[in-house]
Amino acid sequence: MSSLMNWIDERFPLTKVWKEHLSEYYAPKNFNSWYFFGSLALLVLVLQIVTGIWLAMSYKPDAKLAFDSVEYIMRDVDWGWLIRYMHSTGASAFFLVVYLHMFRGLLYGSYRKPRELIWIFGVVIYLAMMATAFFGYLLPWGQMSYWGAQVIVNLFAAVPYVGPDLAVWVRGDFVISDVTLNRFFAFHFLLPFILVALVFLHIVALHKVGSNNPDGVEIKKGPKGNRWSDTAPADGIPFHPYYTVKDIFGVGVFLILFSAVLFFAPEMGGLFLEHPNFTPADPLTTPPHIAPVWYFTPYYAMLRAVPPMFGSQFPGVVVMFAAIAVFFLLPWLDRSPVKSIRYKGPLFKFWIVVFAISFVILAWLGMQPATSLLTNLARLFTVVYFLFFLLMPWYSKIDKTKPVPERVTD
Amino acid sequence: MKKIILASLLALAPMVSLAAGEGPHLDKAGIDLTDKASLQRGAGHFFNYCVGCHSLKFMRYNRMSEDLGISDEVLKSTILPSYKKAGDTITVSMPEDLGKAWFGKAPPDLSVTARYRGTDWIYTYLRTFYLDDKRPYGVNNLVFPDVGMPHVLWELEGAKKAVYKTETDAEGNEHQVFEGFEQVKPGKMTAAEYDGFTRDLTNFLTYVGEPVRVEREKMGIWVILFLLVFTGVAYLLKKEYWKDVH
Amino acid sequence: MSNEGVDKGRRRLLIGATTAMGAVGAAYVAVPFIKSMSPSAKARAAGAPVEADISKLEPGQRITVEWRGQPVWLVSRTEQNLGDLETLRDVLTDPDSEQPQQPEYCKNATRSIKPGVMVAIGICTHLGCSPTYRPDVGAEDLGGAEWKGGFFCPCHGSKFDLAGRVYKGVPAPTNLVIPPHKYLSDTVILVGEDGEAA
Repeated sequence: MSSLMNWIDERFPLTKVWKEHLSEYYAPKNFNSWYFFGSLALLVLVLQIVTGIWLAMSYKPDAKLAFDSVEYIMRDVDWGWLIRYMHSTGASAFFLVVYLHMFRGLLYGSYRKPRELIWIFGVVIYLAMMATAFFGYLLPWGQMSYWGAQVIVNLFAAVPYVGPDLAVWVRGDFVISDVTLNRFFAFHFLLPFILVALVFLHIVALHKVGSNNPDGVEIKKGPKGNRWSDTAPADGIPFHPYYTVKDIFGVGVFLILFSAVLFFAPEMGGLFLEHPNFTPADPLTTPPHIAPVWYFTPYYAMLRAVPPMFGSQFPGVVVMFAAIAVFFLLPWLDRSPVKSIRYKGPLFKFWIVVFAISFVILAWLGMQPATSLLTNLARLFTVVYFLFFLLMPWYSKIDKTKPVPERVTD
Repeated sequence: MKKIILASLLALAPMVSLAAGEGPHLDKAGIDLTDKASLQRGAGHFFNYCVGCHSLKFMRYNRMSEDLGISDEVLKSTILPSYKKAGDTITVSMPEDLGKAWFGKAPPDLSVTARYRGTDWIYTYLRTFYLDDKRPYGVNNLVFPDVGMPHVLWELEGAKKAVYKTETDAEGNEHQVFEGFEQVKPGKMTAAEYDGFTRDLTNFLTYVGEPVRVEREKMGIWVILFLLVFTGVAYLLKKEYWKDVH
Repeated sequence: MSNEGVDKGRRRLLIGATTAMGAVGAAYVAVPFIKSMSPSAKARAAGAPVEADISKLEPGQRITVEWRGQPVWLVSRTEQNLGDLETLRDVLTDPDSEQPQQPEYCKNATRSIKPGVMVAIGICTHLGCSPTYRPDVGAEDLGGAEWKGGFFCPCHGSKFDLAGRVYKGVPAPTNLVIPPHKYLSDTVILVGEDGEAA
């Protein structure tokens, strides 16, 4: 056995990688439940790729066949229903887990120096996920697939001057059609592999600087020496076995919740699988009420909240994309002397709560038909959403912070 | 901190259900997908009254007979047309353009209608046809206004008239508000019998919407039981290792 | 690495339990993925048994029906043909059908349920071409007087007799496959199902 390992290690740094990234990668010992979501996101990514490849074995990216092929998977392919529900439930689970993972970063200042690049890779991952989900949502070729894609692609048409041509180019046709479906399928298949590459970069950057923790204390700057090594940070523990066994437990809890949805409520009352999508795409009839899937609705609410200006819908599109792009700036917006929410002052706590509530309410508003009352509410919360970011340099600086301890707390 | 976030997430749940609560009132179908006798009766009703126009193009005869406990002999002698094989899907021979000419719109395939419209909608739809001279077939429907389909089951249910009353709203405008039905002509069935008939049919169509559903839910219990044990063991393992960490 | 106060036995037990359950779980997850790749209900329906009506089949004639996307031949053999089958023993590779290329009930001199009717899958056992029907006894290109009628594969020249038995010295290694079949009546054959083990 060891001679085989030697043979490999002379040619490939297997033992070295194992040590550097698992058995001798020292992570802070005070991770709490928020720290489950990173490994869970990785699990769901793998699940989505595997189930996706299996679905592609029976799915037909053709406007005449796509809807039928999904029902074929649900009925005629042995266990096809299970694989399809894994994929559809997995899509929502992916966003839920990633939203919680991102919020963890917000709480504990995981985006702060020296982890800016980890955060930026993360936001790029988030964007790539959204693109993947958007392309994938067209594939079942139901009414919601069709009209959702129609509305989102028409956003491109709002771009000044080149807009209409751009929208036609994206669709490859004057309407969403077979051509569009075919290319969306190609992108939906490609993007997950780019996601894998981005996740790799995300983790490489993380392991370069080391993990943050709920106290926001840099364990590498603290005292050295622990049970396992004299040179390792005193507050660090080897990722393997301590966090591997902990994450296995987390995976168990996650899978219980995931299975509960998959086996007992795969439609999640129309949130995960929307009812209008059980009828084939019909370019001549729009469903009475279109809304994107829940994970896009905060941005959709913002899009609708912005009134057309200068006879163009473009400002709404700009606001929507800005709402995501503003995440890139976060590492430089936070001027607080401390990282973690535990030592930040009341102002920051107030704003982060307000932000979380706005996000949830915007998500709800994005599912509702637009009435004038709801549109005004959406305007209010859109403003609040942006104020959280734009006022951050000010309130994070003047906030009354508490002293950060030398060592991590339990 | 955590509690506030959790609370705000939980607040989302009732909002979602609120979003769904629009449209006309639907009666609860109260179906039972494990009631094979009801499903068999429903299948019988479908093949007696519906299959002339409506297909179930994603449903295979043999899958249906297997799931519903219909024997091969019964399937062949009463349901399966002579020119079809047991593995075929339930299609209709009515050409689409003919359907369009007769009803204004080709009769839709009903394979996934229960998932699109909902079980209660189908149940309500079948029970709310009423006389309306303005429509080509003399009937209209409460949950599907200006429906193209004639009331195929009228011999069973009889004919009903919709009764409206006039209400004046706060702004002084008068509205016609639906009050109830009035039986104009009796059918072969009593109201309770007709409810049972439509419930069976609705049950069958709900089954057809997702044939695997009963099996799926049964399996889910085992999967979750297994995962509970697994997670329990994993928790013990975690606790054991974490004794090292002080 | 220090191991003070570690209950090694308990750790080993818990690792074993977690790994075993994880492996069982993974195996259960793998099954649906593997099974989903076998023929779907649609493919099974397309491959369902087919009925063949031989009431109009004249002696010496052949009809072809499709079963599981393959040609299945039904040939009405004349008395003359049946007599000839006996004489060919020496030029055939497997005259007694020792190779399991037919259901047990067709392991006989004529490789059939009724001597007068041959049922076989029309796919050459060499590389899968479909041989041509050559009932013309004494055909010059197929060995003259020695040719008693049969099938000739145009791809690589394999020859089979009117019971689907392969000739010696040709590329095809085995006799043609006889599909499971049964008689529903005197004139209707069900190809693909024989009512034996399902």
